[in-house]
Amino acid sequence: MNYMKVLLNGIIKENPTFVLLLGMCPTLGTTSSALNGMSMGLATMAVLICSNFVISLIKNLIPDMVRIPSFIVVIASLVTILQMCLQAYVPDVYASLGLFIPLIVVNCIILGRAEAFAAKNNPVASIFDGIGMGLGFTIALTLLGGVRELLGTGKVFGFELFPDSYGALVFVLAPGAFIALGYLIAIVNKIKKA
Amino acid sequence: MAYILIFITAIFVNNVVLSQFLGICPFLGVSKKVETATGMGAAVAFVLTIATIVTYLIQTLILVPNDLVYLQTIAFILVIAALVQMVEIILKKVSPSLYQALGVFLPLITTNCCILGVAILVAQGTYAHTGIEEAGLLTGVVYALSTALGFALAMVVFAGIREQLGRVAIPKALQGMSIALVTAGLLALAFMGFSGVDKGLATLFGLN
Repeated sequence: MNYMKVLLNGIIKENPTFVLLLGMCPTLGTTSSALNGMSMGLATMAVLICSNFVISLIKNLIPDMVRIPSFIVVIASLVTILQMCLQAYVPDVYASLGLFIPLIVVNCIILGRAEAFAAKNNPVASIFDGIGMGLGFTIALTLLGGVRELLGTGKVFGFELFPDSYGALVFVLAPGAFIALGYLIAIVNKIKKA
Repeated sequence: MAYILIFITAIFVNNVVLSQFLGICPFLGVSKKVETATGMGAAVAFVLTIATIVTYLIQTLILVPNDLVYLQTIAFILVIAALVQMVEIILKKVSPSLYQALGVFLPLITTNCCILGVAILVAQGTYAHTGIEEAGLLTGVVYALSTALGFALAMVVFAGIREQLGRVAIPKALQGMSIALVTAGLLALAFMGFSGVDKGLATLFGLN
């Protein structure tokens, strides 16, 4: 197993957002700015790495019948731990991501990778898969957040590139999320074909 | 009057899909035909209402008195998963015709984040809009049902538009999910026209 290949697979070839189109709710819901998008990406990555690791460790102990419920319990426990850590150490991030933190549990990327990768591979490879997929997700969310923040307010990560008054506020609001992601996916499709 | 306000706000002003981004996966995934969209909408309405009642009771009767609120996420997702299974089994026995109509969609609902999302919002009482002080069970149920109706409405309208998309020439790079997302964006833009209606209604009903 080539670990580098596993890592790059998640970032480029099977990018969870642009190629697999998984985990759309947090992708659209938390990317009102580049910073929010990145925080959500990193939070999801933390859970993904831990859940991949834990699940590949216990995969032989779980009977096949109760596989999915067991995975969900593991993921929900990890999310609860993450939720408490965020609340304690970075309350600002916790407040701005709000409801989408507990909703990491139902993010299809995490259960999907548990089922498709961690349940079949060894713990080390699973960690690399978690890092790769998590980075792919984080990059996608940061990019989408950056585009929306730039078009909406003229800033990226809070640095002003052009004055606020030229921004189209709609990109920070709900419709802009759909439209920006739609065009980003179109650009990725175009690059892939070329 | 407060319930009418919740009803209208949850369906049009704060539409669960188009302005709160909950339940996007089924919204994009099973909206290719109006028929399947209607089925999914009905299944969500059914499960969401029951799940909200059960999780609310668990929150107020078990988690809060025993100081176990930190277990909320785990408890809720397990309850929802079990509930979906149970609804499926009961429906199969009691009403085979309804089961036939909703059957395929039920397993998909466990991973629909609008169920867990709404359950958490109702349990926390943070959805309460202007003029509704107490976040009780009945308010929660009205909210859950209205949210589900809003979900169904968005699904059906979106599916209708997507059916028409099949008849036009779309640039190659935009085909598939890309054009669907842009369409959803325009739909969300249309729903933004309702913003402010909730405040107007609250004033009309004399709630603030």
